[in-house]
Amino acid sequence: MNNKREFDSSVTKKIDTWKKKFPKEKPESSIIMSLRFIQDHYGWLSDKHLDMLADYLDLAPIRVYEVASFYSMYHRKPVGKYVLGICGSISCMLRGSEPLLHHLETKLDIKLGDTTKDGLFTLKEVECLASCTKAPAMVVNGTQYVEDLTPESLDKLVDNLRQGEQT
Amino acid sequence: MKQNLVCYRTFEEKSPSSFETYKKLNGYSTWEKLLKGKMKPSDVIDAIKAAGLMGRGGAGFPTGLKMSFINRDKEGQKYLVCNSDESEPGTSKDRFIMQKNPHQLIEGMAIAAYTMGATVGYNYMRGEFMTEFESCEKALKEAKKAGLIGKNILGTGIDFELINIIGAGAYIVGEETAMLESIEGKRAMPRFKPPFPANYGLYGKPTTVNNTESLASIPVILDKGPEWFKKLGTEKSGGTKIFSVSGHVAKPGVFEIPMGTPFKDLLELAGGMLDSRGCKAVIPGGSSMKIVPGKIMLNAEMSYEGMQSVGSAIGSGGVIVMDDRTCMVEALACVIKFYEDESCGQCTPCREGTNWLHQNLRDILAGKGNIKDVDLLVEIAGKIEGKTICAFGEAVAWPVQSFIEHFRDEFEFYCKNGYSKVKGK
Repeated sequence: MNNKREFDSSVTKKIDTWKKKFPKEKPESSIIMSLRFIQDHYGWLSDKHLDMLADYLDLAPIRVYEVASFYSMYHRKPVGKYVLGICGSISCMLRGSEPLLHHLETKLDIKLGDTTKDGLFTLKEVECLASCTKAPAMVVNGTQYVEDLTPESLDKLVDNLRQGEQT
Repeated sequence: MKQNLVCYRTFEEKSPSSFETYKKLNGYSTWEKLLKGKMKPSDVIDAIKAAGLMGRGGAGFPTGLKMSFINRDKEGQKYLVCNSDESEPGTSKDRFIMQKNPHQLIEGMAIAAYTMGATVGYNYMRGEFMTEFESCEKALKEAKKAGLIGKNILGTGIDFELINIIGAGAYIVGEETAMLESIEGKRAMPRFKPPFPANYGLYGKPTTVNNTESLASIPVILDKGPEWFKKLGTEKSGGTKIFSVSGHVAKPGVFEIPMGTPFKDLLELAGGMLDSRGCKAVIPGGSSMKIVPGKIMLNAEMSYEGMQSVGSAIGSGGVIVMDDRTCMVEALACVIKFYEDESCGQCTPCREGTNWLHQNLRDILAGKGNIKDVDLLVEIAGKIEGKTICAFGEAVAWPVQSFIEHFRDEFEFYCKNGYSKVKGK
């Protein structure tokens, strides 16, 4: 978004709608969701985005920074187009999440936490997703659940996402 | 055994989440009775107390008593908050209420809010629950269209605004005061108590926070009567409970069953043990609760008193089953890694202690353990427990203490030999 110090109007529209969920005198209540709207639009949260949100909500920057650094779904660095978050908590671990994670590292030729060179995939380990009865489970881009994972189903998912990019 | 009698009662219907389905099951009838003055707020509290409903999120605090802490006649804004942050490892139950029976949650929230004199209610869902959020939003729209939620409901002058919101990833949000901080747009760091939320809650106003399953149980309790509900369960544990059974079972799943059901019947519902292996151990209430050896669990019943008698608790109903191939050192390391990641960092014993525990376990797993490490783990856990602002400290300590109490030999073996007693070299 170059040097423009303004959010895209689609983003501000969403922020303005969300603000109505809270008392008028409490704009800070909408920080959490506003950051998601910004991230969904721009891919990640840069310092500039955080400053801009503070300006937009008329809050001290620290109010936005402390939230952005606390919650795990925010990306403070650029990530791939598809962020694959494999659950590593106990129910998924018991059903073999660790070998699956290694399978993905090999398949994508990256280490946990890294992004593929083509910028398509970032691999993350996440904590319990409340999918324990459909373990092992993962989320793609934070909110799309993929459950009952096997090496085959993971291969298919990655291949399909790659293919979708080419067409 | 009858299943799905309360929160999951729409699940066998054709379109479980629809307004029509819920109306057909006598849905919103209690809310209408309250609105029309045919039932008083005090009747609601009395019924919930008589039904024996306890908080289904994990702490098991009596729901009726909690609701009575708010003085509905006191002037000023009050709030109800529904805790749909479902994040306790092993727990996967509330999301299905929101997916497939959202109207019952809406009615439960409306009844609870009115009973406490709250005109605004927030339903806070965990950040990943976009499907659930959309389902709740759709249902809310239908309820508003029917005139059951909003301003001047059915011309009675009564207002109730229900607002669905969604978080951004933090286990600690499930702690009730951390949730209030989060709604206020801050880091989800638990507040020191007292003051309790009933006195100083959201935006400093009187607030009650209840779990999704607790709130969604309320309309059925009032419609069918507290006696009906209570009798489904045991004397001390009224009603039903939703258990999500995960880990080494043949058919992991979510089951709403009467309190007091023997564990072995629940295990059977989940298809029995995976590959017909032996049941080594079970964490019966989400990973924060104490682990129980399998042979003890197989003779236990799933109720508050039943789980207390085997040294654990029902917690959130997240039943994690481990078979005889499980290495307890690895399992504990996995559980503790979770708490290390999710500690909010506010209290030093928890922030530092979870890190020490995990480091110690990692050393043991790397073959660098020392026999003294086993006692050290217990010692560190004891120095976190009871020394933190919120119950997260106990949630870290209890797994450590109970894993080592029951499976000390495996920890000592790993320290001495540098490899797992169960898995070998």
